[in-house]
Amino acid sequence: MSNARTYRVSNSEHNQSLTHRLSEWFDRQASTLFITPAVILILVFSIFPLVASLVIAFSRFRLRAGSYQVRFVGLKNFEKQFFGSEQFHFLGTFKGMSVLGYAVSAVAALLVLWWLYRYCRRQFWWLGFIGRLLSAAMGLGLVLLFSATLLSGHQFGTLGVTVFYVFAGCLIQFVIGLSLALLCSQPIRGKTFFRVVFFLPLMITPIGIGYAFRMLADTTKGPFSPIWQLAGLGDFSWSTDPWAARIFIVIGDSWQWIPFVFIILLAALENIPRDHHEAAQVDGASGWQIFREITWPQLVPVAATVMLIRLIEAFKLVDLPNIMTSGGPGIATESMSLHSYYAWRSLDLGQSSAIAYLLLFTTVIICVSFFNYVVVGRIRRNAA
Amino acid sequence: MPVHSRSVVNRLFEAPAIGRMAPASALIVYGLLAVWTAVVCFPLYWILITSLKSAADVNGGPVYLPWIDFTPSLHAWRELLLIDYEDTLRSYLNSIVIAVLSTLLCISVGSMAAYALARMTYRPKFGNILMFVLVMIAAFVVIGKLGVDWKLAVSVALAVWFLLVRSIGRHFTKSVGNADILFWMISQRILPPIVTVVPIYIMFQNLRMLDTHLALILTYAVVNLPIVVWLMYDFMNGIPLELEESAQLDGASRFRTFWEIILPLAKPGLAATTLLVLILAWNEYILAVFLTTSNAQTIPILVSAMNAGERGILWWSMCVVIIVMIIPVVFMAIVLQRFISKGVLLGAVKG
Repeated sequence: MSNARTYRVSNSEHNQSLTHRLSEWFDRQASTLFITPAVILILVFSIFPLVASLVIAFSRFRLRAGSYQVRFVGLKNFEKQFFGSEQFHFLGTFKGMSVLGYAVSAVAALLVLWWLYRYCRRQFWWLGFIGRLLSAAMGLGLVLLFSATLLSGHQFGTLGVTVFYVFAGCLIQFVIGLSLALLCSQPIRGKTFFRVVFFLPLMITPIGIGYAFRMLADTTKGPFSPIWQLAGLGDFSWSTDPWAARIFIVIGDSWQWIPFVFIILLAALENIPRDHHEAAQVDGASGWQIFREITWPQLVPVAATVMLIRLIEAFKLVDLPNIMTSGGPGIATESMSLHSYYAWRSLDLGQSSAIAYLLLFTTVIICVSFFNYVVVGRIRRNAA
Repeated sequence: MPVHSRSVVNRLFEAPAIGRMAPASALIVYGLLAVWTAVVCFPLYWILITSLKSAADVNGGPVYLPWIDFTPSLHAWRELLLIDYEDTLRSYLNSIVIAVLSTLLCISVGSMAAYALARMTYRPKFGNILMFVLVMIAAFVVIGKLGVDWKLAVSVALAVWFLLVRSIGRHFTKSVGNADILFWMISQRILPPIVTVVPIYIMFQNLRMLDTHLALILTYAVVNLPIVVWLMYDFMNGIPLELEESAQLDGASRFRTFWEIILPLAKPGLAATTLLVLILAWNEYILAVFLTTSNAQTIPILVSAMNAGERGILWWSMCVVIIVMIIPVVFMAIVLQRFISKGVLLGAVKG
């Protein structure tokens, strides 16, 4: 107590001093001063580039020695991706749709219409409706894209590749990550050891992973080459077949990111109180019943958020395809980020920014849809 | 003897007690865990032994076991760490400087913002934000069309905005809240780096800051800021309010409260977040490709530099660099997993 008093006394002695007035001013402005650095950093390095990128996307941008030249060209850069000379690169090759393609798109269109109709019947809020219209358009557009390319036997472009990476990767990572977490939550010995070992890939630089997997995938000089020879696939190469190359990249990406899903889900599993579980066990419930009725409902919120984070990060995938296949064969493994990077490298900044913006658009719509219908939608359903 | 055989089967498939596993399921569980351990470790093992191989061993087909299949040699290690060490050392030091400083910047700025959003009330007027946007657009147009110097234009724009806020700002009624600011900051993570990197490149080119440490430090700090704000906000929210209130009653300023009460209490969360951000900055590749050439080259770039050249990929040297890069991170991983098993990072995800 006496300490506090002396503190105050000594304070009042210097009440008029400049430093004191300054510190008082600082204290009054504390709320501003605390948040300003973060806001300025984000404004300068995130918002300003975002706007500038949009400007560049609408213009032809040439770098000269030490300076640059901008010419406004309107929607030309985007037009080129959708209808012009870069269509094969971004969307894919279109040469008529097969019967299967028509059937799938018709079914998808009907499903989307039914979903929108149901929303309008149950509750209607114009902002929600616009949001759902956007998600529906994105979903339908992607289905149309895949039916016109994949299901009709043609190549699809970087948009399709990115979507494939995101969904295939997230699915594999979730399934394996959850299985590993369930295995590790069993009463086993050496839990810490497994946790550390399984966590390792997440910490390793994507570059290292890319090159390591390139060595592993080599069918003539890699460690698995005897197996390939035995299977009669000695001449097969992972990097020359489009689908093999894509799957190869998803494997590399999954190897790196399964630990993330695993570690968070394991922490969530360990947070679930054991007594329900044990009570069910005493009552003679099977392992599957316990999982479905007790573990899963408590795991869903964390699982949804983890998958949202994975979804966001998966759209940024660029290092692995760059190193493992350089986007090849042809453009078969080029993600949109890599497409944009290659455009930048050939100094076509306008196109680079246009592709980056299309990526941002796709990412935002898919992630926000997932957030609204899965992460928040579940809460809403529970509340209703 | 059907009774006896049934009891053996029973013993195999039924748990001896609650909280323990039946022998059969234990076998499956440990088997699967061992398989996944192999999946994780084999690529790392392969990197390690490739760093010990000679060119002939790598190119001649697979050899698996040192001293049995091939004679390991430290030639690549010697070359990179003793003979030709300048490049390696420079990249390594660059990486350390950039990762550490950007993490420091990111953590200090981010945790301050997180604390502020968790404890103070913000009511920025919607109209003021709109005016800021309009003023900045005007500055953009002036710079682009009339070729006015950007420093002048931006300072004038900021001054105009400040005057506008002071004069007509009070008449606006609609405002945004803390939750909106928090969402705005976290949502920056959705932004793929490729969207912003081209303007950042041009910006640093104009400032003659390409290929400097500062450029990478600032960029990495901003890229990782959303993670820090997100994790630290959650953590600060969990700290009991009473401690701060008593400190404030005793006359401590906001800054002192933050420094002497909040930060020590937030240590576990701070440590976990720091390690995470440090690792992300350490491993980052694509931004470094854009923003560096030689002077500020980081170690991931050195890895991919082993690919260039007429001799093809120098797998052995590359593996040495990868291992050198992995070692500090593995130590951090061992430390970090302790925090994760405590559920420090889980808190934010549950939110």
